[in-house]
Amino acid sequence: MSDTPTPDQTTPRRRKRRVRAAHGVRSHLSRAADAARQLRRRPGSGADPHSAVHGSNPIVPPQSVARRALLALVAIMSFLACLTVAAVTLVGERADNWQRQIADEVTIQIRPSDTSPIDEAVARAVDIAVQTPGVRSATALSADDAARLLEPWLGSDFDRSELPIPRLIAVSVTAGVDLDALAQRLREEVPGASLDDHGLWLERLSSMARVTTLGGVFILALVLAATALCVVFATRSAMAGNRDVIEVLHFVGAEDSYVAGEFQRHFLILGLKGAGIGGLAAMGLFALIGIFGRLQGPTPEEAQLRSLIGGVTIGLPGYVGTVLTIVLIAVIIAATARLTVRRTLRELD
Amino acid sequence: MIRFENVGLRYGLGPEVLRDVSFRIAPGSFQYVTGPSGAGKTSLLRLLFLSLRPTRGLVHIFDQDAATLTRDSVPLLRRRIGIVFQDFRLLDHLTTFENVALPLRVLGASESEYGRDVSELMEWVGLGDKMWVHPPVLSGGEKQRAAIARALITKPEILLADEPTGYVDPPLARRLLRLFIELNRLGTSVVIATHDLGLMDQHDARRLVLNHGRVDIYE
Repeated sequence: MSDTPTPDQTTPRRRKRRVRAAHGVRSHLSRAADAARQLRRRPGSGADPHSAVHGSNPIVPPQSVARRALLALVAIMSFLACLTVAAVTLVGERADNWQRQIADEVTIQIRPSDTSPIDEAVARAVDIAVQTPGVRSATALSADDAARLLEPWLGSDFDRSELPIPRLIAVSVTAGVDLDALAQRLREEVPGASLDDHGLWLERLSSMARVTTLGGVFILALVLAATALCVVFATRSAMAGNRDVIEVLHFVGAEDSYVAGEFQRHFLILGLKGAGIGGLAAMGLFALIGIFGRLQGPTPEEAQLRSLIGGVTIGLPGYVGTVLTIVLIAVIIAATARLTVRRTLRELD
Repeated sequence: MIRFENVGLRYGLGPEVLRDVSFRIAPGSFQYVTGPSGAGKTSLLRLLFLSLRPTRGLVHIFDQDAATLTRDSVPLLRRRIGIVFQDFRLLDHLTTFENVALPLRVLGASESEYGRDVSELMEWVGLGDKMWVHPPVLSGGEKQRAAIARALITKPEILLADEPTGYVDPPLARRLLRLFIELNRLGTSVVIATHDLGLMDQHDARRLVLNHGRVDIYE
């Protein structure tokens, strides 16, 4: 054992330095004792991993936490979760939009009748509609407009005269309108007239929006649960690989919360990175879809799709939802790691 | 400070490694725990350090019954105890300085608060030029001194050392013993588990001699 020079081998300069240090150690021990006593008394001392030294090596070595595989897994899960959130947001927005539009408008349909000319019936129905309290306006679609609505199914060169095409009147209403009274009056005074308040559509749209939202929440919950389960295994693996570190931390008086905090910090950083990568990839995809959609020519099919769902670009709520999903995933990962460490430590005890 | 009454310890269903062990450790006292290999010295230290619970008997540490301690209260008691392990238990990914500073870091202190104290103590144990190296490049004696410095850095009320001179040459062993004596003069109780008779002869102190799991005390 020749790690330290014997007194004979010690140089005068080195001896002098040691003597100085020996004088200082008494005061050091007293100072350290005071500091340690104060720290021991400090409420919650040792429970705050953020008070760790800046620039010091992390107590749990980062390379001991399954990094690349877990990072990739978190990124994929985050990507899927963000897509789900965006899809739910998109459907929710569109459903709200449709519901607002449909609820503000009713349609009077007038089928051709043998008893009176259809143009007179349309004019009479418009009169009745505008006289009804709560009706903002009533606009009759011309025969050409009505025929154009059938073009996607029948083409543009069909013979209109051979078909009994009904005429439509778009009626803009406010919330206070009495639709039952309007329907009754139309039935009595205009042959072949009927009022469609879009109730069936509203009901179906609400159901569709509810089912989509529930489905999205369910998928999101599955993705988050799968991520949490992976983090549980990764945390246990990291703890097994750092058993000596945990033991030493306990021997120097670290509380479970401190140990958990050391692991939690690693997993929070990993979660933020992974979820950030997945979330940014999802946002990039949304942006690409939006740009691609705008570059496409205005084909009739696309025009119909656009009029129905208004395009597939996600708005601000979608992006906010994506960012919140990233934060949520990171928080879930950190919390799962913390709980797993604490639980595993209790089990080991 | 510490009281053992008829303490027995067995691992699993094996034979008792400690039997009817009774003794007290007074504040500011100095004692050796000695005995042949396998006599139960390390087990006794682990009981003192609360990393084992006795199979029977009473263990009172800082006036608290070890049997009724909650999981949360153990770290608070351990902060009042310094321990030097036979196998050092240094963390290889931390520098020697960081290893020594670990107890203070766990207590929530910042490097600006403890940097000077840790440096002084490391100078004193002869590791001034090894502060920023990692334990794998230290010799056995240097690791031993780093482990001792880590145990001393918070100036514990009691210091437990398991074969602290096992890996050092006689001159350094004498210096380490002087360090323990100095610490004891400053008020820290010292318990040294050793079978090094030469070490015990250098400083006369109370001896707890373990033999076949029983303890005989020589004041």
